[in-house]
Amino acid sequence: MITMTHCLALSLVLFGIGAFGVLARRNAIIVLMGIELMLNAANINFVAFARFMPQPSLIGQIFSVFVITVAAGEVAIGLAILIAIYRTRDSMNVDDFNILRG
Amino acid sequence: MTAQLLVFYLLAGLTVGSASLVVTRRNPVHSALFLVLAFMGVAGVYVILGAEFLAAVQVLVYAGGIMVLFLFVIMLVDLEERGRPAGAKVPRFRAKAFGASLLLCGLLVTLLLAAFLTTPYPASSGNGEALRSSGGNLESIAIGMYQHYVLPFELASVLLLVAMIGAVVLAKSRL
Repeated sequence: MITMTHCLALSLVLFGIGAFGVLARRNAIIVLMGIELMLNAANINFVAFARFMPQPSLIGQIFSVFVITVAAGEVAIGLAILIAIYRTRDSMNVDDFNILRG
Repeated sequence: MTAQLLVFYLLAGLTVGSASLVVTRRNPVHSALFLVLAFMGVAGVYVILGAEFLAAVQVLVYAGGIMVLFLFVIMLVDLEERGRPAGAKVPRFRAKAFGASLLLCGLLVTLLLAAFLTTPYPASSGNGEALRSSGGNLESIAIGMYQHYVLPFELASVLLLVAMIGAVVLAKSRL
């Protein structure tokens, strides 16, 4: 029988992998993919808590739909910003994104 | 070990395996394709947890929409770094960043995992039957979303409109 602990462990490992990708990779597109993995881990937590709470509840699943919506908007804006930066810097490497450094 | 648990372990292994391939591959196209696999694994986990509608949305929005966006951008930009010598391969990680992130994320996962394993959760088998018997997943979600959560729903549509206009404005070279 699947328990809450199984889902929490899966989501935790997924979040850790996503955070590692965001922190360690230099390619900005992969950084965005890491953010997507972290959002998915949060979604698994929402669904797991909705499923294993003592009272029947769908609020967690509804909230996950909103999280997916925000993730879609975030990816669109993030990739547009990347293209705008690429146009000026000719690079997708986050080490080169230091225009704002004083 | 029940069959359900076996399937859960298979899907979790698929998800974690392809997620770790996403953050370690050199070629971003490979990363994007493994990301699709990871999203599919998460969708399977949703089905096991009784969230069928969410699994369908996950496949449609993530594997269908977001991945196409990623692949378009990957293929639009020149991945070989311009201005660098052709033979010189840029390393994927900086050694310090690699070590520090691995340490930090490993510590986070270990500590929280220890906390999760020692926390007693209510041993109820959950409410999957109750959720299913009350008219199915989709109908219940629709009632919840259009009765109690109308305002967030409408705000999400405004957010998507803003994101759409913003993306066009940002990515267009000359307005």
